Amino acid sequence: MKIILKVWRQKNQQDKGRFCEYILENVNRDMSFLEMLDMLNNQLVKEGNPAVEFDHDCREGICGQCGIMINGIAHGPLKNTTTCQLHMREFKDGDTIYVEPFKANAFPVVRDLKVDRSSLDNIIASGGYVSVDTGQAPEANSIPITHQEAEDAFDAAACIGCGACVASCKNSSAALFTGAKITHLARLPQGEKESATRTLTMVDKMEEEGFGHCSNTEACQVECPENISVLNIARMNYEYNRAKLLFKK
Amino acid sequence: MIWFIKNSVTRKNLMALTGLFLSFFLIVHLAGNLQLLLPEAQARLQYNSYSQFLGGNPIVLIISFVLYACIILHTIDAIYLGIKRKKANGVSYSKDMRGRASTWYSRHMMALGIIVFVFLIIHFKDYWYIYKFGSLPLDENGNKDLYTLVIVSFEQLWYVIIYIIAIVALGYHLLHGVFSAHRTIGLYHPVYNSIIKVLGVIFALVISIGYIIIPIFIYINHQV
Repeated sequence: MKIILKVWRQKNQQDKGRFCEYILENVNRDMSFLEMLDMLNNQLVKEGNPAVEFDHDCREGICGQCGIMINGIAHGPLKNTTTCQLHMREFKDGDTIYVEPFKANAFPVVRDLKVDRSSLDNIIASGGYVSVDTGQAPEANSIPITHQEAEDAFDAAACIGCGACVASCKNSSAALFTGAKITHLARLPQGEKESATRTLTMVDKMEEEGFGHCSNTEACQVECPENISVLNIARMNYEYNRAKLLFKK
Repeated sequence: MIWFIKNSVTRKNLMALTGLFLSFFLIVHLAGNLQLLLPEAQARLQYNSYSQFLGGNPIVLIISFVLYACIILHTIDAIYLGIKRKKANGVSYSKDMRGRASTWYSRHMMALGIIVFVFLIIHFKDYWYIYKFGSLPLDENGNKDLYTLVIVSFEQLWYVIIYIIAIVALGYHLLHGVFSAHRTIGLYHPVYNSIIKVLGVIFALVISIGYIIIPIFIYINHQV
């Protein structure tokens, strides 16, 4: 199939950036979207042009590295899928595809489609962990937890931190990401003890990194590759309010 | 002082709580206004004496100050968060199809809010200001004749149309606002969330239909 690509090219953070048009012939419909970009890069390098830079790692839909706007939607038209798991069969022969990086103040563009998502790591580093002494692995059954609680915590833990929630949000809010991390740990017996301090520091960090507020449009869940529930945001708000009102410093 | 609260979760709490109070006020205000639908002679005396009662009651006076404060805080919060949003978004997308994932009214709460706010200014000027500071003729019981003022304004088609546009905007604002407010203050239980979502829709519908019926009823009844 023939694909007309309009790819965002930007040299660095200071550069204004623009769309460049590339025509790809003989694209296999079973190629993944990233393989199609590899094909484009092959063609560009052969012609002596700089390759289009984009993030990718596992290409199995679990690492959260690949994240681009495809035709104005984070990770493209297929719902609950990462860019690497999107295949060219979702497009038609002769289609024009716009490819842009995620855009948010907290995600500065490094080059072309690659953005710096360290701000999400900084939120995790601020409190997204459990402070326990390391040592021997504890006996699993010594800490009682119901199956349902463990499942719910795991649903929140499924977040791969790709940033599609931020990119899909009209306010560039990282509430779904932060909410998922806070809920994941607050639901587990090991994590709930530090829930108040964790929530306060993580929410403050989220603010500091320059993310916007949540207005509950729920677009983040719709575009999230892992379908992380927006109720995690409500849980974050609950934990935050409770900590603000009741937590003794 | 309000500008010093920088945390957006706290900001949204303020937005939610003021919004919920304003929503509650809409029920009370509608209940009072439905008296306009009574037979004319009875409606005039009853509505005027109800207005007189509200004007003279000290508890109502305190609640009215809370109401004014809520309107102002809700508005300031919207402006603050609007500025913050612009800053957080940075450069906009050249091709933006993100709208498929959410409802249009949830994305345009600000625009709907502006329509409601402009309408509120007109509403306050036309009724509240005239009732409080203007001179109104008295009815048979010696109460200010607010009823006639309302009826005269709703005899004009353009006024009814403006009123309906504002109420439709308010209805959509509530459709998203009521359930969103509960989420913001931390209602995370899935069952209660489903209940609130349904109740929010019913609330928005009842309020909009209730408020729209009044001007239409008056307009039709007073056509010669």
